[in-house]
Amino acid sequence: MSNSPKKKLVTLTIDGFQVTARPGMTVKAAAAKAGITIPTLCFLRGVSAIGSCRVCSVELEGHDGFITACNTPVADGMVIHTDTERVRTYRRNLLRIILADHGLDSTAYCFSCAKNGACQLQALCNAYGATEPAWRVEQERKPILESNPFLAYDPNLCIRCQRCVGACNTQARNHTLHTAKRGMRTTIEAPFGPDWKATTCESCGCCAAACPTGAIVEKRRRTYRSWETRRVRTTCPHCAVGCQYDLVVRNNRIVDVDAAPGQTNDRRLCVKGRSASFDFVDAPDRLRTPLVRNPTTHELEPASWDEALDAVAEGLGRVKREYGPDALAGFACSRSTNEDIYLFEKMVRCAFGTNNVDNCARI
Amino acid sequence: MAMLSVAPKSPDDERLGAFVDDFRRRVDSTPLGVCPLVVTLTALETAAGQTCGKCVPCRDGIPHLVELMRTLVDCDADASVVDEMRELSQLVRDTSDCAIGYHAADQLLAALDAFSAEVESHLERHACTAGIGQTVPCETGCPAHVNVPGYIALVAAGDNAGAVAMVRKDNPFPTACGLVCEHPCEAKCRRRLIDDAINIRGIKKYATDQAPADHVPVPRRSPDTGCRIAVVGGGPAGMTCAYFASLMGHRVTVFERRSKLGGMMRYGIPAYRFPRERLDEDLRAILSVGGIEVKYGAEIGTEEFEALRRDYDAVFVAIGAHTGRTLSIDNIDADGVIPAVQLLGDIGDGAEPDMTGKRVVVIGGGNVAMDCSRTALRAGAREVSIVYRRRQEDMTALQSEVLSAVAEGVEMVTLEAPAAIEVDDAGHCTALLTQPQMTGPIRNGRPSPVALDVPQHRIPADLILVAVGQDIVSGPFNAAGMPTNRNRFVADDALRVPDMPGVYAGGDCQTGPKTVIKAIGAGKVAARNIDEYLGYHHTLPFDIAVPAPHPNDRTPVGRVNIAERPARERRCDFAGVEIGMSAQEARQECARCLRCDVYGIGSAEGGRVQYE
Repeated sequence: MSNSPKKKLVTLTIDGFQVTARPGMTVKAAAAKAGITIPTLCFLRGVSAIGSCRVCSVELEGHDGFITACNTPVADGMVIHTDTERVRTYRRNLLRIILADHGLDSTAYCFSCAKNGACQLQALCNAYGATEPAWRVEQERKPILESNPFLAYDPNLCIRCQRCVGACNTQARNHTLHTAKRGMRTTIEAPFGPDWKATTCESCGCCAAACPTGAIVEKRRRTYRSWETRRVRTTCPHCAVGCQYDLVVRNNRIVDVDAAPGQTNDRRLCVKGRSASFDFVDAPDRLRTPLVRNPTTHELEPASWDEALDAVAEGLGRVKREYGPDALAGFACSRSTNEDIYLFEKMVRCAFGTNNVDNCARI
Repeated sequence: MAMLSVAPKSPDDERLGAFVDDFRRRVDSTPLGVCPLVVTLTALETAAGQTCGKCVPCRDGIPHLVELMRTLVDCDADASVVDEMRELSQLVRDTSDCAIGYHAADQLLAALDAFSAEVESHLERHACTAGIGQTVPCETGCPAHVNVPGYIALVAAGDNAGAVAMVRKDNPFPTACGLVCEHPCEAKCRRRLIDDAINIRGIKKYATDQAPADHVPVPRRSPDTGCRIAVVGGGPAGMTCAYFASLMGHRVTVFERRSKLGGMMRYGIPAYRFPRERLDEDLRAILSVGGIEVKYGAEIGTEEFEALRRDYDAVFVAIGAHTGRTLSIDNIDADGVIPAVQLLGDIGDGAEPDMTGKRVVVIGGGNVAMDCSRTALRAGAREVSIVYRRRQEDMTALQSEVLSAVAEGVEMVTLEAPAAIEVDDAGHCTALLTQPQMTGPIRNGRPSPVALDVPQHRIPADLILVAVGQDIVSGPFNAAGMPTNRNRFVADDALRVPDMPGVYAGGDCQTGPKTVIKAIGAGKVAARNIDEYLGYHHTLPFDIAVPAPHPNDRTPVGRVNIAERPARERRCDFAGVEIGMSAQEARQECARCLRCDVYGIGSAEGGRVQYE
């Protein structure tokens, strides 16, 4: 069957630059090669390219409509203009229409929105001078769904770009979050209402991470402002998969995490990584110094690391001498990194001399 | 002095004509999956825009109905709104002065009844019913859900073999459907909004002309499961089921009553529409999968069916509808009166009837009547008439078939109801006596004929072919416990026969006489469901990529139709009548495809109707 992909590179012109691109590449990706950024809103790489917002529309010479750069593959000889006056006007007006749908004065004004400063719609509207909605819409104030312990959905702020739907389907592969009421009444049905437990939602938060506005958010986002934070790339300690994420840190305290493009997770996280693997760092009941039990009072008392390790080594050594190595066992916490657990296992096998070792990671 | 003017009263009326034509195309291409209440609202708004403003119920009532309807569409209404709508509609219907008013109200009332499930869902669940939501129209309209944009793109890329394989992913009869499909895929083609529907069938025919199905390798059969499936009937439903079931690794035995496979495609559709060698291409490809055994001349009666149930893990009954219905008129059993299906069936087995010099009368107005009449011409008949009790436009045959028959010289004797058959002393028919009719009140969408109070006509006939419908020989299966309704097998939407685990029924024998592609769709559903029933969940590998789309070209371009050989030439032989598209035509036709799989709803979640 002659369906072998043609390897021939294609050449096109974008804003006057000759760009060579692989067949199958999108116009947006080809433009990026030439250092030209085409703005997008509903597009999320690897997650959603349904071309619903039309903000990435560009002019293609010889074509009587606009094409969307996010999902149109390059073709040889294309002549594309990404930033003409007409393109900029259309973009501004599209953004103004989206603003009219965004429920600006319904439940959250920009300043009171959890995504203020991190909202893609806000940034694009600033960049294109879309300062007010295209038309006035009577605000309905639909109820916010926030029974889920981690996630909240404010339908008033939803612009129906369907990035969350793509995230639930292609990232989480959970197929829980849907569109409903089709046609011009299309809405997003996020399973965060009172019956959230009865749904198949795993609270992984891929949808919130995908949302370009403040419609779907991790609730913890309401506790900080993005401009107050810095990011520290690390590995999720919660299981052996090794997902990469950025700790979002404010005043040296971890307030959130943001999935990073790690090899194993490619911008995805599960509910444990996103919501359960860092709060213990600053937990008030966290042990901050070793404790050794006073043999007289039987109370735990703070000790130095040297004192504590000596006490442990002496105790374990005594058991091993008196009862043999198999009287000992090691059991590690699942929130430890692979490296820590590897060393722990080495210690149990080599120093203890037993194979009694396990870990509670059962993800 | 009052001056007269030749100018139209409203200068825009003429321009409006063209605008309305364009609007009509939009209405005609109403996408599948649109909420019916939204369409109802649109119709109501159109009516509100047409009110002349004279009468109270229409002028004031319809706009208020629009408002009420909008709250229902928005899922904001409660039952009292529907009650109010009904009450007001009845008032508008009964008190309006002209049809603009009473038709609008009548239509609304009919819609509220017809779409009652949707109304209830809007009221109670505040959402549309589950099936509402747009999808790619061609793929959804096709009962086998073939990836139409996919194979059109492959043909456009010059990969005809890839296109045939793409069709076969969902339908193992690419040639049959290229030649004789009724192409429901074209009905809602979005291209219609710009100019006209894509000639999808024509493109498929082109692909199979260039890359014959039996030259395109079928996928590799999955590892043998050891499960045995009996398929009763080697027509489109049975052979589709056999193809997919055997690809999944099951062992299939097809029990065919006749001496050859193909069912109605061989024993119903004449060779000039579907040349036998082309049918054999599809069948050879299907059998090349391996694992399919065919038993010819296998008459399955009650006992045999019970044995099949014992000896096989699952049974698919797809026996089609092969007996002819008859008429209760005098001398219907006379010599020279032949059921249409018998004539066409005999030809399928190789008979070459000679009707040289005969006057042939065909009774009926469906596709089979057209097939018989055109066959009679080819068999040398002196004159062929189709006698039908309604008007030509009321015929159930495809209009293109009717026109082809007329072009070849078949006389359409319409508004004549068969009354009796005249016979000679030897008991051979000599004429059909008919009672002239006039067209009357419309029932179920078609005007019903009313007998005229005039003397009967006499149409001389040496041969009378009765094509008034087909029936199903379901008796033997019914005796074994398979439930039937008006001779049709009863099965659920998964084609399971109630209370008979492992027995499935589909195709014409379950739906009544329908189309090849519907039978193919049923065969595929049966194969899938039998696979699940047997405890498997096979997915069939498929690795042909759909070529990337080009940006839509919106320039209106005419639709390339499939030409036929000149009527005076083709009526003399049984060779295929259609002339395929040229490469140039196929290219242009493919380029018109708007690639709804990529642009529009096809790119969004739930926008495709595809099996894995």
